[in-house]
Amino acid sequence: MPQLPDVSGHWGEFGGRFVPEALIAALEELDAAHTKAMEDPGFQAEFAKLSTEYGNLPSPLYYAERLSGEAGVDIWLKREDLNHTGAHKIRNVLGQALLTKRMGKTRVIAETGAGQHGVATATAAAYFGFECTVYMGEEDTRRQALNVARMQLLGAEVVPVTTGSRTLKDAMNEALREWVATVDDTHYLIGSVGGPHPFPKLVRDYCRGIGDEARAQILDRTGKLPDIVAACVGGGSNAMGAFTAFLEDDVKLYGFEAGGDGYDTGRHAATITAGDIGVLHGARTYVLQNEDGQTIESHSISAGLDYPGVGPEHAHLAATGRAAYEPVTDAEAMAALEKLARTEGIICAVESAHALAGALRLAPGLESGTTVLVNLSGRGDKDMGTVVDYFGYGNAEGKGDK
Amino acid sequence: MRSAEAFAKCKAEGRAALVGYLPAGYPTLADSIKAIDTMIENGADLIEVGLPYSDPVMDGPAIQKAADLALREGFRTKQVFEVVKAVSGRVPILVMTYWNLIERYGVDAFARDFKAAGGAGLITPDLIPDEADEWIAASDEHGLDRVFLVAPSSTEERIIATVAQCRGFVYAQSVMGVTGARSATSAAAPGLVERTRAHTDLPIGVGLGVRSGDQAAEIAAYGDAVIVGSAIVNCYLDAPDIPTGHQRLAELTADLAAGVRR
Repeated sequence: MPQLPDVSGHWGEFGGRFVPEALIAALEELDAAHTKAMEDPGFQAEFAKLSTEYGNLPSPLYYAERLSGEAGVDIWLKREDLNHTGAHKIRNVLGQALLTKRMGKTRVIAETGAGQHGVATATAAAYFGFECTVYMGEEDTRRQALNVARMQLLGAEVVPVTTGSRTLKDAMNEALREWVATVDDTHYLIGSVGGPHPFPKLVRDYCRGIGDEARAQILDRTGKLPDIVAACVGGGSNAMGAFTAFLEDDVKLYGFEAGGDGYDTGRHAATITAGDIGVLHGARTYVLQNEDGQTIESHSISAGLDYPGVGPEHAHLAATGRAAYEPVTDAEAMAALEKLARTEGIICAVESAHALAGALRLAPGLESGTTVLVNLSGRGDKDMGTVVDYFGYGNAEGKGDK
Repeated sequence: MRSAEAFAKCKAEGRAALVGYLPAGYPTLADSIKAIDTMIENGADLIEVGLPYSDPVMDGPAIQKAADLALREGFRTKQVFEVVKAVSGRVPILVMTYWNLIERYGVDAFARDFKAAGGAGLITPDLIPDEADEWIAASDEHGLDRVFLVAPSSTEERIIATVAQCRGFVYAQSVMGVTGARSATSAAAPGLVERTRAHTDLPIGVGLGVRSGDQAAEIAAYGDAVIVGSAIVNCYLDAPDIPTGHQRLAELTADLAAGVRR
């Protein structure tokens, strides 16, 4: 099997660099720095030390006994929700921040949807003493005011984006525009496995610890590989992080996309399921777009999955059939979130609940004893507002039912 | 009409060319045609017609806003051919577009229909030659100009590779930043033009930031074409009504045209 991506960042027809020439020099510098870092034991040691002592990694692998009993299959949860800042995203930002330091840059910019990647970036910037600016859709700054406050507390500047649909994709546009103008001293600390080469590869390399750890942990605990690995997919960083270690194994990989109100309603963020190839934010991949190629707004109860594109490596895994991608609706995800809370005492992120819901949906068709590894990519504290709105909780006199 | 013809005429007159940009469908479909006519009548030597796109990462606020308005009014890609057909014949008409719109239409199909409408070529701000095999083949097949960008950050190696694939002219992005009228033009531009000229005989157009005849004259001293976009869009964005916008555009174009003749 040839090494993917190729030197110009392509997985088959996907990936590449669809950006202004003005950014190419910076992308080449980044690619060279990353390639060198990956081969440098010093970088690896520093990354490992930081991950352990600061990031609280490796994250535990947890056998969800009561949930497994109900589902009729063995469900193992990779507890990324226990990481510093509450999600897998700390892996990506620590890796990229270390790289920023090595490139001699002193400022980072980032895009954020719900604010999780923004908070993680602001955290790493505080740790390393970088200046930090986060672009966030104006709509999202209102919906996620607590995360805006977190970023500000950490010393970052949050810039509300008022163009287009005022959400994640527009924040990404604005970050790219800002990067063109400040590329000399600024690193664009992208939040997922999307964007122009080398970002998809680089973010995957920093997140792949999820799967590397889980593979060793489950072999240690059960003596065999899992039958299935499941993860949620927005841009797809936690899923690539979980999948990469298993790509060469006889393990089924499932990515669960945000089905929103239901795929058939057209109000969703199920980019791969929709199956239209296009170019967005610097890469050729699957894109939610209209007949003319104008980007369509995505919809999901989960801000972290609410994005009309997807990382190009996922597009490749889907096109080649190596991984299966299916939509999970808002309702299925919220039901899974509640079930996990009540069977295991774990409140996960709405994003991660999509992975769990997908796994629970597969369960009845699986043989008993099947091992399903679910990446619990983040914790649910940030989603309590959504939970309150959705279930109507928050009133102590109520009975706690919908 | 191809770009080379316009550049030859300007060269014979011993001056730089004036290139005016406007998104198709802005301020309305009919008025975008009228605006382009206005630019041609007042001295524009080439026209860039923009294709409005939902995610214009290279554009500043003015062009973003114009594109957004055109899309909200229901602009469709195929309508660009109406615009091109209506204005072609007098000066070369190029389309400047983000790449997804062309891929979606079909690269060869777009080249064919655009040529049939009288178009000269494409300027592709987010397509670098490295990713352009299909477009290079289609533009050869249909005889269209192919304008790629060079930037202050471009290495020597990339300038060489980029100009080798250009036809018509080379677009020098003069500032590291998005489109937008600026009071001062770029200090990096003369150096970039000089570095580019070392590797090509093609004319070099300089874009991003020009808003006055004085700035146009400054750029005309070293560039072969002065490209103006946001300042043109601003004629309409800032105007109380469209007729006033047309009038302001006529005055601006005349000022710019005088600038390239100084």
